[in-house]
Amino acid sequence: MADMIEIKHLNKYFGDLHVLKDVSLTVREGEKLVVIGPSGSGKSTLIRCVNWLEEPTSGEVIINGTPLTRKNHIQLTRTYTSMVFQQFNLYPNMTVLGNLTLAPIKLQKKSREEARKTAMENLERVGLAQKADEYPQNLSGGQQQRVAIARALCTKQPIMLLDEPTSALDPEMVQEVLNVMVELAQENITMVCVTHEMGFARQVADEVVFMDDGQILEKGTPDHFFEHPENPRCREFLSKILR
Amino acid sequence: MNGLFSARRWSVTLADSAALWQGFFFTLQVSLAGLAVALVVGTIFGTFSTTRSRILRGIARVYVEIYQNTPVVVQVFFMYTAGPQVIKAITGAQTITRIAPFVLGVVGVGLYHAAYVAEVIRTGIEAIPRGQMEAAQSQGFSRVQAYRYIILPQTLRIILPPLANQALNLVKNTSVLALIAGGDLMYQADVIVSQTGYLQGYILCCVMYFIICFPLAMLVSWLERRAKEPGGRAGGARGEKDAGGAGAAPGTTKGEVA
Repeated sequence: MADMIEIKHLNKYFGDLHVLKDVSLTVREGEKLVVIGPSGSGKSTLIRCVNWLEEPTSGEVIINGTPLTRKNHIQLTRTYTSMVFQQFNLYPNMTVLGNLTLAPIKLQKKSREEARKTAMENLERVGLAQKADEYPQNLSGGQQQRVAIARALCTKQPIMLLDEPTSALDPEMVQEVLNVMVELAQENITMVCVTHEMGFARQVADEVVFMDDGQILEKGTPDHFFEHPENPRCREFLSKILR
Repeated sequence: MNGLFSARRWSVTLADSAALWQGFFFTLQVSLAGLAVALVVGTIFGTFSTTRSRILRGIARVYVEIYQNTPVVVQVFFMYTAGPQVIKAITGAQTITRIAPFVLGVVGVGLYHAAYVAEVIRTGIEAIPRGQMEAAQSQGFSRVQAYRYIILPQTLRIILPPLANQALNLVKNTSVLALIAGGDLMYQADVIVSQTGYLQGYILCCVMYFIICFPLAMLVSWLERRAKEPGGRAGGARGEKDAGGAGAAPGTTKGEVA
């Protein structure tokens, strides 16, 4: 399979803070990659570099063969990547349906009916068709995040970036969102997910990456990763989190 | 004090009220045109101060600080005196042309209030959480599109009350024109009072300002109430379901001359 995302020698500084240290990584088309690691390890920054929410200080991010630049990032993002955020970031002044149809109508020039139809299909998939006319603030956190996932699906990009999608949720709502994500993982979509949900990683990941201190310290299949991790810091992290 | 209730004085003043009404409509026109200037210029500078460009932010900052920290009276006097010279220098005209009071009023008050409008717009935009811009950009919206479709519609609701408040102060501040024989409401009242020696002219003048400003004050408090409600779109049946604007309505950040 072709390489969908290629990250080469990526460095990112926030002022003097060296957040990403010469990170290289490849994600194949359709691959489900899970990124784990302690907070502050640079995982979020890494995936935010993939859609240019953070501009790399040096190094390259190549999306389906095209290097991401200051000039082309809007076009590449529009074509290739969607994102789900920790804080959902739904548009509060629009209904659920409005959230789902805005980009398809304004950016992809879909007709209102077509955008609506796609939106309803995706709401159906996340089990929230009955909430189409609600405003986000009237939904629970879990529901909002499912809407956010549906919104990401509506623009039909081949890559979905998920930045700790369950971290801001109350515990009882985590599962409903994970279920949607697991279902999503059945598809040919390329997923890069930063998460602390080890069960999810085990279940859907083709590969798991462990990051600490701005570097990738371990990379492998979930089996290798959870059963025989080699890096001591990774082992330590797993023993803490899996108990 | 008896003079205030003198029927004769009132009737003399009322006989002159045509001039007052003339001033009233002049003031109204200056206010409307000045408000347009304030909104356009203010929106430009307000948006400047939220961009990532240090230069644009700097320009906006300088503009706002200069206009907010000098009296509008001085600004208008300055334009009144220096303006013609500048025009002469630019156009290369032989003679000095005076700037019409209407133009002075519109530009003077407009630019002054633009500084306040800019601050209202800036705080309004900054009240929208950063995640909104990120979500928009992650979908492929450019920054300009994100402002247009996502940020500004949310901003609007928060900034309407302070904007209406600016409109109210702007109306009152047009009275600066009286100092340069501007033909506005205050000027006409002053003419009548100095001719007759009766203060009734000022009272009528106040009543006329009140006629413009009181409805604006009502509008401000209505908009404020509406911004606090969880409802969203103006008058929408579903309004109460819409999300509230983030944070409290931004006021003006500095005490202002009114």
